[in-house]
Amino acid sequence: MVMQFHIEGGDFVSAGKASSSVKRVLKQLNVPPKLIKRVVIALYETEVNVAAHADQGDIEVLIESDKITMVIEDKGPGIRDIDKAMEEGYSTASKTVREMGFGAGMGLPNIRRNSDEMHIESVPGKGTEVRIINTLKS
Amino acid sequence: MTEPNTHKGFHHALKVVDDLCTGCTHCMRVCPTEAIRVIEGKAVISDDRCVDCGNCCKACPVSAILIEQDDFEDIFSFPIRIALVPAVLIGQFPSNIQTGEIFGGLKQLGFTHVFELESVVDLVQEGYDRFTENYQGEKPAISTFCPAILRLIQVRFPSLVGNLVRVKPPSDVAAIYYRNKMVEEGHDPKHIGIYYVTPCAAKIASIKSPVGEDSSPVNGVINMEYLYNKLLHMILNKEVPLEAYPDNGTLEPKEVLWSLTRGESAHQEGRCLAVDGIRNVSEFLERLEESEESKIDFLELRACDESCAGGVLISGNRFLTVERLNGRAARAGTAKKDDYFAGGFNEQLYGLEEIAARNVMALDSDQSVAIEKMQKVEELLKVLPGIDCAACGSPSCRALAEDIVKEKAEAVWCIFLQELYIRDQRISVEEADSINARIWGEKRNRRSQIK
Repeated sequence: MVMQFHIEGGDFVSAGKASSSVKRVLKQLNVPPKLIKRVVIALYETEVNVAAHADQGDIEVLIESDKITMVIEDKGPGIRDIDKAMEEGYSTASKTVREMGFGAGMGLPNIRRNSDEMHIESVPGKGTEVRIINTLKS
Repeated sequence: MTEPNTHKGFHHALKVVDDLCTGCTHCMRVCPTEAIRVIEGKAVISDDRCVDCGNCCKACPVSAILIEQDDFEDIFSFPIRIALVPAVLIGQFPSNIQTGEIFGGLKQLGFTHVFELESVVDLVQEGYDRFTENYQGEKPAISTFCPAILRLIQVRFPSLVGNLVRVKPPSDVAAIYYRNKMVEEGHDPKHIGIYYVTPCAAKIASIKSPVGEDSSPVNGVINMEYLYNKLLHMILNKEVPLEAYPDNGTLEPKEVLWSLTRGESAHQEGRCLAVDGIRNVSEFLERLEESEESKIDFLELRACDESCAGGVLISGNRFLTVERLNGRAARAGTAKKDDYFAGGFNEQLYGLEEIAARNVMALDSDQSVAIEKMQKVEELLKVLPGIDCAACGSPSCRALAEDIVKEKAEAVWCIFLQELYIRDQRISVEEADSINARIWGEKRNRRSQIK
């Protein structure tokens, strides 16, 4: 099944709604709690990333019996140096965002830690697409 | 002691009295696990989902949900009859009634010994300290004090069962402690009957169907509401001899306040948080499940508003009960513990075994089937009205959609869809009547009575 969400840049209040809805569904699908936690944390981090850096973003979550694929596509500044952004503690977040308790430079590393596969494509000045796959091991 | 918990079903203390129930749906709307449906005009509680929080009982306008209790006369099958009394029993009495009168009343009713159960709080605290010292799992450690919360986590938050502190609650620790102490003093174990005076339904369920222990250390439970009525009547009619008991009781401030909100969290190491009210708790646990690191060390969670002072079997006002206990704590000194207490925390006796999740919320145990069912739920939600009127007998449109895919309900039970079905002549008015009778019961089908 497919679930879709839209996030506006700067809307930290709504960031977390997608992960919360996905979590509710996965629980009812009898997905093991540990996997749910990985999916939810990875998705939540991408939601915060969109709210913190982009103008807007769309999320599509595809739930299949063997894997969960999440594609997060945003319109925004893009990431200039992806390798650098993957380093723990590296952050380009603004002062305002940091003052709100976000932007610690743990977002992308956290997503990687909580996903089986992670792909990032980014065009500076245009936007970023993050694809996250978690497999259900039977 | 109760029989070992070998059966698969879950024992519940809450029972619907069909003769009184009007099928009004109030209980169904406040149930935190959506365990209630209205069938043939009566509320029906699902054994799998119920966590015995008592919300339904508090919400019922016609007192149709009863809390099961043991027959009081049962206590007389033991020569030694011990009442374990929680601080909130005393806290709910008007302040002009002395603790000595309450204890005198309990003796008059037939108990040979009365103990304040929070007297063992230091043992529980020692257990907490040991647990957190060796705890390798994810934080926060979550208190197992409240039996309704313990069950709520098993049913709705299975990912958090590993966070539960594996120490028995004070009522169980007190029962084990005082039993062993009496045996040590030379009494025959078979002669000792330990009765816990309970402010809540979940405690009754936890004694009949324990979680994380083979059997309950308590012989029976006494409904606090029942006892409060009896005691108050006796005291007001001056039928009670004043027991020589200090009016402030024998507890330390920490012990007096343990069962109230922040009673535990105020004494744990690190960053501690207390949440009361089962809705607040659910909201907080949802949040906890979604964040990587909560950075909270200890979480105290209580199902009732104002914790045990707001228990379903507490007759007094919960805020006044808290106030009276705060006053008592302010006047309390240090408690004298006997030599037997020096034994300290014994994990074998006072520790809980591993607590298992009870995944009853899934649509199907097979993931691919569950996905199909979930898609059907989403499709159904597009046509259901989304106002959660509960007239179909399920607590919300989503719950009805889930019931439909589980083949426990039909779309035509929705009164809005039913209206469309009649208009499109897919069902007759008579068929609709019989469907509604199936939900609301024959008595509620009053077409003939409308002039």
